[in-house]
Amino acid sequence: MRKYLARRALFALGTLIGVSLIIFVVLRILPGDPLVAILGVEGHARMTKEDRVRIMHDLGLSDPLPVQYVHWLRDIATGKLGKSFFRGDTVADLILHRGPISAEIGILALIVSWLVGLPVGIVSAVKPNSSLDNIARSLAILFIAIPGFWLGMLIVLALLFWFGYKSPLIIVHVWQSPWQNLQIVIGPAIVLGLAQGAYIARMARSCLLEVIREDYVRTARAKGVVERRVVLGHALPNALLPVITISGVLLGFVLGGSVAVEQAFGVPGLGRALVTAVIERDIIVVQNLVLLYAAIFVVVNLLVDLSYAWLDPRIHYA
Amino acid sequence: MPGWIRASTMPEPAPVSATAERSVVRELIAFASRTPLSAVGAIVGLLIVAIALGANWVAPLDPLKTNFRRMNHEPDAQSLFGTDQVGRDTLSRVIHGARTSLFVAFAAVLLGTTVGSLWGVACGYLGGRFDLASQRIMEILQSFPDLILAMAISMAIGTGLPAVIVAIAITRIPFGGRVIRSVAITVREMAYVEAGRASGASAFRIMRLHVLPQCVAPYLVLASTHLGVAIVIEAALGFLGVGVPPPTPTWGNMLADSITGLVPRWWLVLFPGLAITITVLAFNLLGDGIRDTLDPRLSPGFLRLVTGSGRGAATATPTRAPSLQENRTGA
Repeated sequence: MRKYLARRALFALGTLIGVSLIIFVVLRILPGDPLVAILGVEGHARMTKEDRVRIMHDLGLSDPLPVQYVHWLRDIATGKLGKSFFRGDTVADLILHRGPISAEIGILALIVSWLVGLPVGIVSAVKPNSSLDNIARSLAILFIAIPGFWLGMLIVLALLFWFGYKSPLIIVHVWQSPWQNLQIVIGPAIVLGLAQGAYIARMARSCLLEVIREDYVRTARAKGVVERRVVLGHALPNALLPVITISGVLLGFVLGGSVAVEQAFGVPGLGRALVTAVIERDIIVVQNLVLLYAAIFVVVNLLVDLSYAWLDPRIHYA
Repeated sequence: MPGWIRASTMPEPAPVSATAERSVVRELIAFASRTPLSAVGAIVGLLIVAIALGANWVAPLDPLKTNFRRMNHEPDAQSLFGTDQVGRDTLSRVIHGARTSLFVAFAAVLLGTTVGSLWGVACGYLGGRFDLASQRIMEILQSFPDLILAMAISMAIGTGLPAVIVAIAITRIPFGGRVIRSVAITVREMAYVEAGRASGASAFRIMRLHVLPQCVAPYLVLASTHLGVAIVIEAALGFLGVGVPPPTPTWGNMLADSITGLVPRWWLVLFPGLAITITVLAFNLLGDGIRDTLDPRLSPGFLRLVTGSGRGAATATPTRAPSLQENRTGA
C-alpha cells in the first residue's frame, strides 16, 4: 500500500513536470517581443537599446531558454514565483491575496454539487421513470447545457434590477467579514455547483440503479429491512465510488469554468487575475497561474484515486 | 444509418447485405422512435446549421452595420432582439454569430478528434514505447482544465479564427486518443488482424484496412458528444476576450460586449446566451442518441473511466458502466 502511494505520487510529480514543460514551451513561442507587450509600440520605440537589454535582463528573459526554465523551477521551489510585468507585486502575493476567494468558490461549489446532486440522484433511482425522475433528468440535461458564465450573468442582471446589486470591487476575506465574504462567493459557487450537481445526479442515478439489482439488496429487502435503510445503508455506499471519481474529473470543469464565472460575477478572484494576465500577455503570471490550476487538478485526482483504496476494501494494491 | 456503421460496432464483421437493405429513411425513423429526444435534437441542430449557412439571407440586417439613431434600443417590431451599444441589430448578430461559433466548434472537434483518433490507432496497434510515451503526453494534456489550456494556447499563437480552432482542437486530442486506443487494442487481438499479420501485411496497411474501419463508430460518437463542449469553450473564450477578435459576431463576443456598458441591457445578455444553450442542448441530445445507437460501450460511465484524467486505479476498479438497457430508458 505504501509502495503504491509512493508510486502514484511520483507519477503525479512526473505529470506536473511535463505540465510545466508544456506551459513553458507554449508561452515562449509567443510571437512578438515581450517588451512591446509591456510598454506598447511607442514606449518600446522610445527606449534606448541599453534600456531594452537591461529590462530584459531584469525580467530574466535574456537567458537561454533551458536556463530560464531551471530558474522557474527554482523559483517554484523557493516559493517566489517571479514578478508581474505590470504590477509591483510578486505572483506569490497575488495567489495569497486572491487565491482564498477562488478556493472558497471551488469548495463551496463542490458542497453544493453533492448537496443537490446526490439527493436528486437517489430520488430518481428509487422511482425510475416516474414523473419526478423525468423532471430531475430533464433539469440535469438543461443544467449541463447552460454555460455557467451566462447563468451567472443572468443572475447578476436580475439582482441588479431588483436589488441594485453591484459587483464586488475589493476582496473581503472570510476572516475579515464572513457575511460580506459569503455574498461575494455564493453566486459563483451556486452556478458552478449546479452544473456539477447535474452530472453527479446522473451518475448517482445510474450507479444506484445498477447496485439496486444486486443480490445483497434483494437479501436486505427479503429479510425485511425498511426500504429507506436498504437504499441509504446497503445500496448507496456501494454506488458512491464512481460518483467520487466523477467529482474529481468534474474539478476540471470547475477550475476552468470558475475563470469565466468569476468574470461574469465580477469577483476579483484568481481566475480574473489569469484572464487579465492573458490579455496583457503577462507571461510570468500566466505560466505560474496555469501551472497552479493544473497542479490542483492533478493533486485532487491523485487524492481521488488514493481514496479508492481506503473506501473500497475489495481493492488491493500491490 | 447505413449498415456499415452497425456492422463496425460488432466484434466480428456481420454480413453487410442483411442490414444494408433497410433504407436510410427507415433507419432514421427507427432512430427517432427509439430516442425521440435525440431526434428533436437532430432537427433543431440541423435547423441551426441551416440558419448559420444561410445567415446572409436569414438575417434581417447587416450584423456589422451601426446605427447611431438606434443605440441600446429595446426589442421592438423593427429589431426583434433589440440593438447594441452602437445600434447593431442583435438578431442579425446572433444569426451571424451562429456561423462563426458553429464553424469554430465543428472545425475544432473534427481536427482534434481526428488527430487524437489517428494517434490512438497508432498507440493501440503499435504499443510498446511509442504507446507509453504517447499515453504520458495525453495524460499531461488532460491535466489542464480545458478552458485554461485553450486560453494559454490561443494566447501563444494569436487570437485569430485559426488560432482559436487549434486551441480548442488540442484540448480534444486526448479524449480521441484514449478511447480509440482502447478500441485498437481490442481489434489488434482479433483473428483476422492476426491473419493479416501472418500473410505479411505491413503495420500501416493493417491499421488502415483493418483497425481504422472499426474505429468509425466510436469516432462518430466522440465527435458528436464533444460538439457541445467545443461550443461552450468557444463562447467562453469570446466572453473572456481571448477568442475570435471583434467585430466578428460570435455569441461569446456578444456576451462580452453586453457588459461593457454601465447598465447591462437584458436583451444583449439573454439572446446570445439562449442561442448557446439551445445549440448545446440540441447537440448534446443528438450526441447521446448517436452514442446509444452506435456504441453502448461508450456510455458515460465507461467513457469517464477511459478518459478520466490520470486514472491509474481505474484498471483496479470494477467497471460500472451503466448498462445498455438503462441508456435506452434515459435521454
